[in-house]
Amino acid sequence: MAKQEREARKKKDTPKEEGAEANPEVVKQGKKTQEEIDELMEEIDDVLEENAEEFVKNYIQKGGQ
Amino acid sequence: MTRILGTETEFGVAVKNSAMPDPVSNAIFIVNSHPAQEPVLWDYSNENPLLDARGYEIEGERERPGPEYNRLLNKPLNNGGRLYVDGAHPEYATPECSDARMLVQYEKAGEQIIAQALHQANLRLQPQEGFSIYKNNTDGKGNSYGYHENYWVSRHVPFDTLIAQMTPFLITRQIFAGAGKVGAENRTDPARYQISQRADFFETWVDLNTMMKRPIINTRDEPHCDARGRRFHVIVGDANMSEVSTYLKTGTTALVLDMIEAGVFVKGVEIDNPIQEIKQISRDLTLRQTVRLSSGARWRALDIQRAYLEAAQTHYSRETDPQTHEMLSRWQDVLEILADDPMRLSDALDWVIKKRFIESYMERKGCSWQDPRVAMLDLQYHDMDPDKGLYFVIQRRGQVKRLISDEEVHRAQSLPPESTRAYFRGHCLSQFAKQVHMVSWTSVVFRCDTGMKRVPLMDPLRGTRALVGPVLEQSSTVEALLGHIGAPVSTASG
Repeated sequence: MAKQEREARKKKDTPKEEGAEANPEVVKQGKKTQEEIDELMEEIDDVLEENAEEFVKNYIQKGGQ
Repeated sequence: MTRILGTETEFGVAVKNSAMPDPVSNAIFIVNSHPAQEPVLWDYSNENPLLDARGYEIEGERERPGPEYNRLLNKPLNNGGRLYVDGAHPEYATPECSDARMLVQYEKAGEQIIAQALHQANLRLQPQEGFSIYKNNTDGKGNSYGYHENYWVSRHVPFDTLIAQMTPFLITRQIFAGAGKVGAENRTDPARYQISQRADFFETWVDLNTMMKRPIINTRDEPHCDARGRRFHVIVGDANMSEVSTYLKTGTTALVLDMIEAGVFVKGVEIDNPIQEIKQISRDLTLRQTVRLSSGARWRALDIQRAYLEAAQTHYSRETDPQTHEMLSRWQDVLEILADDPMRLSDALDWVIKKRFIESYMERKGCSWQDPRVAMLDLQYHDMDPDKGLYFVIQRRGQVKRLISDEEVHRAQSLPPESTRAYFRGHCLSQFAKQVHMVSWTSVVFRCDTGMKRVPLMDPLRGTRALVGPVLEQSSTVEALLGHIGAPVSTASG
């Protein structure tokens, strides 16, 4: 692929520049996402195998293709 | 976009309580915990994994279990697929599907089938004991197990052509199909996190072996069909949880095979050292590094994938099939977004979903990639227990893109595809349960008053609903069915 073609494609891939001011909608969405992440982390903590170190150490599965 | 395809998933099994017996017994216990159906054997007479596509047969033993053991190992399913014990693993093979979306539906159904077997198996154990089952590819200790894809390809394509055209595609496909992995294995360069579960385990380019010194291109020639076709057996892929990952992985592969069959070849993308590059690409989370091509040029994995995409877009420019256009459009979108910022796909691609929640967890706990809890997160993402599996937790929170409805997945547990021979096999099993003696991909063998009768299923596109649906509906007995169907029925030995 010619270098020029590749450069042109790279430009096409790059998104438009975002505005510099904080958009309240985006900030609100960001907070909601953080809340979602926190709730997810709590649920993961609830269901994660206890004694992770021992569990992972004991898990051996031979005989696979 | 019709291509016959199907996948086989070997599951990993962990047991609490090391007094439990060996992995083979565990696998048999789990598979036999699946809600009971009439016992049906698997017909091994057409199995021959010793044939090499390069034109020879190697020495070895063929699997031929006696009837009692056969019954323990095999649970042919009403959806036309197979739940069975393969070596030391429970395994699920989808029925034959005719497009990528159907394949996703039947793989997801298989996860639920395994989850049911798991649930029942655990009910039969003591409280301090318990199985966990993983749809992944490694135990983190250098042992890998496979996820195999099978694509029907016309035999008019020379196998050398498949090797040349598929190698660069399969090595780079991981950028959207990778399931993500913490750490490195098999004496490869260290890594904190990688794109692919399987990449570390590939040591050769082309070979018949599937269990050690694994090859990027597997030459097994066990077609399970008539002489017009071959079953291209792909062992290099990861087992995925995300529907989008599975859909893209298999759908793009099917499109590339379409092009190869049509004589449309992508040129100039041969990779200089495929065995090394598959691991390098796996370790580059930015997707910005380049690989060395045979020509000496250096391209990113993204660029190689784009070459295949553009060839497909040109080839299909006058195509009217909406599924083809949907797949091309998704392929284009995913490459564009990956080129911009892979983390934008944290609701769609397994390796990105996994990276995002592991990094969030590490930040919250103040731990590093080497922490055992991080290794546990990597494993538990693939847990088949819907209450514990981290993919299912994330999916229930609406944080991953879905393609298939819950209702469609549920249906696919017990109803076969309508467009392939799986339809005939599945409906014989559900309609004539007590009289089916054994099945395989290429046969259904009935017990009749007059003896055993084998119906061959050599063409994956016959035995469809269109061709045999009415006959199945009208036949209340096996004898009536056999009287109506056109296929040559032979007397079988039991």
